[in-house]
Amino acid sequence: MKNKPFSMQVNLDDFIPASPEDKEYLSKMRPSSTFFKDGVKRLLKNKVAATSAFFIIVITISSILIPFFWPYEYEEMLGVTQGGFVDSSYSNLKPFEYGETEQQKIENGEKVFPHIFGTDNHGRDYFIRVVYGTRISLAVGFFASIIVLLLGVTIGSVAGYFGEKIDLIIMRIVDIIYSLPDMLVIILLSVVLKQTLNLEGTFLQAIGGNIISMLIVFGLLYWVSMSRLIRGQILSLREQEYILSAKANGAKASRIIRKHLIPNCISVVIISTCLQIPNAIFTESFLSFMGLGVNAPMPSLGSLASDALNGIYSYPHRLVIPAIVICLIVLSLNLFGDGLRDAFDPKLKH
Amino acid sequence: MHNKSPLIEVKNLKKYFDINVGMFRSKPLKAVDGVSFSINKGETLGLVGESGCGKTTVGRTILHLYTPTDGEIWYNGKQIKNKTDIREFRKKATMVFQDPYSSLDPRMTVSDIIGEPLDINKMYSSKKERRERILELMNHVGLNSEHASRYAHEFSGGQRQRIGIARSLAVNPDFIVCDEPVSALDVSIQAQVINMFEDLQQKLGLTYLFIAHDLLVVRHISDRIAVMYLGKIVELADAAEIYERPLHPYSKALLSAVPVPDPKLARTNNRIMLSGDIPSPLNAPSGCPFRTRCEYATEQCALEPPEFKQVSKGHFVACHKVEEINS
Ligand SMILES: Nc1ncnc2c1ncn2[C@@H]1O[C@H](COP(=O)(O)OP(=O)(O)O)[C@@H](O)[C@H]1O
Ligand code: SF4
Ligand SMILES: [Mg+2]
Repeated sequence: MKNKPFSMQVNLDDFIPASPEDKEYLSKMRPSSTFFKDGVKRLLKNKVAATSAFFIIVITISSILIPFFWPYEYEEMLGVTQGGFVDSSYSNLKPFEYGETEQQKIENGEKVFPHIFGTDNHGRDYFIRVVYGTRISLAVGFFASIIVLLLGVTIGSVAGYFGEKIDLIIMRIVDIIYSLPDMLVIILLSVVLKQTLNLEGTFLQAIGGNIISMLIVFGLLYWVSMSRLIRGQILSLREQEYILSAKANGAKASRIIRKHLIPNCISVVIISTCLQIPNAIFTESFLSFMGLGVNAPMPSLGSLASDALNGIYSYPHRLVIPAIVICLIVLSLNLFGDGLRDAFDPKLKH
Repeated sequence: MHNKSPLIEVKNLKKYFDINVGMFRSKPLKAVDGVSFSINKGETLGLVGESGCGKTTVGRTILHLYTPTDGEIWYNGKQIKNKTDIREFRKKATMVFQDPYSSLDPRMTVSDIIGEPLDINKMYSSKKERRERILELMNHVGLNSEHASRYAHEFSGGQRQRIGIARSLAVNPDFIVCDEPVSALDVSIQAQVINMFEDLQQKLGLTYLFIAHDLLVVRHISDRIAVMYLGKIVELADAAEIYERPLHPYSKALLSAVPVPDPKLARTNNRIMLSGDIPSPLNAPSGCPFRTRCEYATEQCALEPPEFKQVSKGHFVACHKVEEINS
């Protein structure tokens, strides 16, 4: 039936009862969305978080892959050849400058890989040192957070689940650690551990005593905030009526932990671990800057910045580059962590 | 109408919580202090009282979710004492919770929530049987089978409460403690849910302890009503009897607060205002718990707790001055 323009007549075709197929279609229209799918959708919609994630991935992958094909090594002093004398023309090169022998090669028509960021005062290619520094900083941040995660989750959930006396004792210890000045303890502990740790002959030697002591220090200090968070979560979850309902149906503790507590805590754990990484990277850089970080000649972003202080007036780029990389990593990890939190656990926002 | 043999008997039930006052001292909080009643098969006992008077604690202690401090709980003529009794009892007695939000795990689908009691008690032999049972339960409470794979947060309060009810029916119980199942819901939905409770009772022969904080809600569904104040039952009688002839001053006050739909009646109904707040169960008054707010209180009320005695058939009151007040 054709309607006249502006007529108020109702089109009866719009009121035919839905056929079973129509109903099927309608009920399938809104697929059940899981908590995880929803979260990922929200995360991708957040431009800042998505960009940060992209940055983190690019930086991580390149810090892993670049050393494989880069023609220079991080500890390689380009002016020093076996048996020959030291060619000082390789030290302190500006970006895209070449040493004397390299210039000759270029004149002879050979190709020489450029020193993108120049070289340092020992004639080492600065770019590859920055890449290695990034690698170390990321690794320290990552492993420190894993240690914090394991310690914090275990202790926090013990305190939260058993409560009462155990909780009281653990929380007093947490309070004490909280009240200590972080940096002072970190510096003291890493000095002491550096002296007492004997790694000779173990596989840990390759990593270096300083990094190991740094990881231990992180573990010892930073589990407190994680465990507080987890304890709070478990305490509030324990009061939820669905836990009571499971108990009323005769569920054992293991089932309650597996089916209710862990799935309801996991997003908080992941988010705060993610936010812990930049924290650790920042502290690592700070310690290396103070000379308490990685063993030379291994670079980290902090020690690179620290070394650059000597020639800050002539070669400011050597300070600026690692500083920018630290900023980029810390900033994008923080922004990504914030995005994760907003996407998966908006309640956590203060 | 229903069988007169008691299904649930509660005798002098007490539940004290230890509350820390100061660093190392603790003090008992008498949430439930000597409560006795019985519920017959197929009957509904309404339990009313202000918030904080211990209704939830009564319900949870009956199901042994809290260990009773003292008193006995009998089911079908058998006392529930040890762990095995409790395990068996929990397959026959379940609970519907007050808060439709915190009572459903946000990380589980509707079918997993309803199926949880089945999973815990291994009450099926195949996936198919489990699924069929879940769909049957959803059907009982008026949920669409398409909802089975959804998460609880996608539902309204009323629907969430239906999911909770389906879960409580999963093990085929005889007895359900309904802890204020409608007080978190919109008034327009309350009636629907209460009607559903009645239908289920008819269909499945259930016995209810139906908790509510106002009399209007329980009036409809209850056969008998117990009024609770500060951990004690102060009056217990048939539902109609309590409405027509409340004897305890507290029940009178509660009843006068019930809104009356007819304005003519409302004008003649002098409202009794309760003065002051309900005292904390940590510092309950001596003697009669209600004496701090009772207009008839005398010295005797402060000295000795009133006896919970029968004044007419099936009508129990705990008040020293019932006769004087009601003559
Ligand atoms: N787990 C508990 N620990 C300590 N005190 C509790 C606990 N549960 C309830 N209470 C206290 O017991 C009293 C009665 O509470 P409840 O049974 O929840 O009352 P209602 O359900 O009537 O509102 C309140 O004073 C409450 O603070
Ligand atoms: S016993 Fe006394 S204080 Fe208690 S209700 Fe009766 S009259 Fe009031
Ligand atoms: Mg309650």
